Amino acid sequence: MTDNIVISTRGLNKEFIRDEFHVVALQDVGLDIHKGEFIALMGPSGSGKSTLLHLIAAMDTATGGEIRVLGQDLRALSDRQIAHWRNENIGFIFQSFNLIPVLTALENVELPLKLTNLKKQERIDHATTALQLVGLGDRLGHYPRQLSGGQEQRVAIARAIVTDPSLILADEPTGNLDASSAEEILTLVSRLNKEHGKTVVMVTHDPHAARFASKIRYLEKGALLSEGAVPAN
Amino acid sequence: MAIPVTYNFRNLIVRKTTTIMTALGIALTVAVLLAILALVNGLRTTLSSSGDPLQVLVLRKGSESELVSNFTRGQFQDLKFKPGIARGRDGDPMASLEVVTVINLASVDAPDGMNVSVRGIAPAGIAMRQGLRISEGRWFQTGRRELVVGKSIAHRFPDARIGKKIAFGRGEWEVVGVLDAGHGAQNSEIWGDLNQVSSDLQRIEVLSAALVRAVDSVAAKALINDINNDQRLNMNALSEREYYDLQTRSAAPIEFTGVFIAIIMAVGSSFAAMNTMYAAVARRAQEIGTLRVLGFSRGSILSSFFFESVLLALLGGLLGCLLVLPLNGITTGVGGPNFSELDFNFHVTPRIMAMGVAFAVILGAFGGVFPAHNASRKEILAALRGV
Ligand SMILES: Nc1ncnc2c1ncn2[C@@H]1O[C@H](COP(=O)(O)OP(=O)(O)OP(=O)(O)O)[C@@H](O)[C@H]1O
Ligand SMILES: [Mg+2]
Repeated sequence: MTDNIVISTRGLNKEFIRDEFHVVALQDVGLDIHKGEFIALMGPSGSGKSTLLHLIAAMDTATGGEIRVLGQDLRALSDRQIAHWRNENIGFIFQSFNLIPVLTALENVELPLKLTNLKKQERIDHATTALQLVGLGDRLGHYPRQLSGGQEQRVAIARAIVTDPSLILADEPTGNLDASSAEEILTLVSRLNKEHGKTVVMVTHDPHAARFASKIRYLEKGALLSEGAVPAN
Repeated sequence: MAIPVTYNFRNLIVRKTTTIMTALGIALTVAVLLAILALVNGLRTTLSSSGDPLQVLVLRKGSESELVSNFTRGQFQDLKFKPGIARGRDGDPMASLEVVTVINLASVDAPDGMNVSVRGIAPAGIAMRQGLRISEGRWFQTGRRELVVGKSIAHRFPDARIGKKIAFGRGEWEVVGVLDAGHGAQNSEIWGDLNQVSSDLQRIEVLSAALVRAVDSVAAKALINDINNDQRLNMNALSEREYYDLQTRSAAPIEFTGVFIAIIMAVGSSFAAMNTMYAAVARRAQEIGTLRVLGFSRGSILSSFFFESVLLALLGGLLGCLLVLPLNGITTGVGGPNFSELDFNFHVTPRIMAMGVAFAVILGAFGGVFPAHNASRKEILAALRGV
């Protein structure tokens, strides 16, 4: 049972303190996510969804409580170790794609592999395979500005999966896309979950998008509602 | 494994205007430095190839140059038979009494005239100079008012070409040949027959200096000591090599000023590089955040931006080398050993260019270290928000 838990938090707190401001972004969050789950995180703006995702990806540190991801206590790792851990285990998808504009689709996808021991040809092969998987096998040499938003996000997904991480984290991946591109992206993400066994945590505002997930969890003012609970309004 | 260098190359290309402006600033700095180094190097080459370590120059005590030295024929007779002096094929000691003066000649760059050294020399003196040849015309004849001119003089002074007449002393002298001394300082002199010149200058008894040739380097040292300790002779001897090395001191102020200017410019252009790199870091904050999320460490962010700055400066350095390359071989002149014109070439050597490129790299490193540090210090989330 515990072996199956990929993400586990207990009494997780995150406060932002800036001068006299004091914002509680997460409050006593206890969450277990199992291997192979596809969780949609929903909630109003400012409820702490992104903050929770950032803590899972070790992009930020909690101010209280415990968080274990893939069996790892993130607080025990150094900066360098975290960088390496993230490269190996986390695929992060951004709302605004965040491709490197001066690199081609293939080079963007190859980038995370630069941190592995793979040889140049192997890196190119892996990156090409990832791009084929997202349906962009014919756009390898294109620069981000030569691609549509939906295509850019698919390159970003290829980049997120190229190191074969077990965890995919997405922060409103369809937030900048039109309905049909969004549909493509969501289908792709759910394929990664179903066919490739990736555990997915996706933050979204969109109830339609959330329907692709196997489970929906709600945050409200930094607190995680209990499983199955739906916000009052 | 680090962030690929194509990332840096392409970013430099993408913001090409800034890249070119910054690189140009560095290029100008490097060009100033290189021009000065090439100038000083050219001067050094000329002066050091003028001196032969076996030849000993004898001047009156207290005079630093032949021009202000006095040497009587009587003193020369005493000097000539000192031990350690080599003998020529004719069995005579290899010693040459010479007279040096300056005359004013109109040149291409100075129509009002410039000081040029005239040397009265005997056949023995000519025989002692190695690596000399007449490249045009012929040698002057003894007892005639004829001159040969160094090739730089021939080149720069219209009145000093073969067939022309130069007036000094008691009348006019005909130019009959051009002297090629390789890189030597003699290229900037005019030579005539010793007795003819000295009588024209009314210095028949009191000439300027003497040159003697030692048997070997040990004898040269002993000879120098011997002469310097000879109270009666009251002369100062030094090797010809040493004499010309002393004259290279004339390059020191030029070198100092040039390097000083280059350093001031360097500070400016390295701040320009710093500014450019700070702007790049700010513009690419989100990319920095993304790279960190992909697993690149703070260290690889640091090296990437540092490298980019060095790359930028390297571009400037190479550009600077291109800018000074046309100077190579251009002849210029400075006040030489005898307070007269000494001509030499700019010498842009590979070593000097390497120094320029290294200088640029240091500039780039200095300009890049703070922005790169700044980039690596960013927190991931702040960077992703573009802060
Ligand atoms: N760096 C920060 N400094 C101060 N407060 C912050 C910071 N980041 C987030 N917050 C605050 O923490 C709370 C949660 O923010 P978070 O970004 O997690 O919300 P969210 O649920 O992702 O909202 P949205 O749907 O608008 O993206 C908000 O009140 C926000 O203002
Ligand atoms: Mg958010």
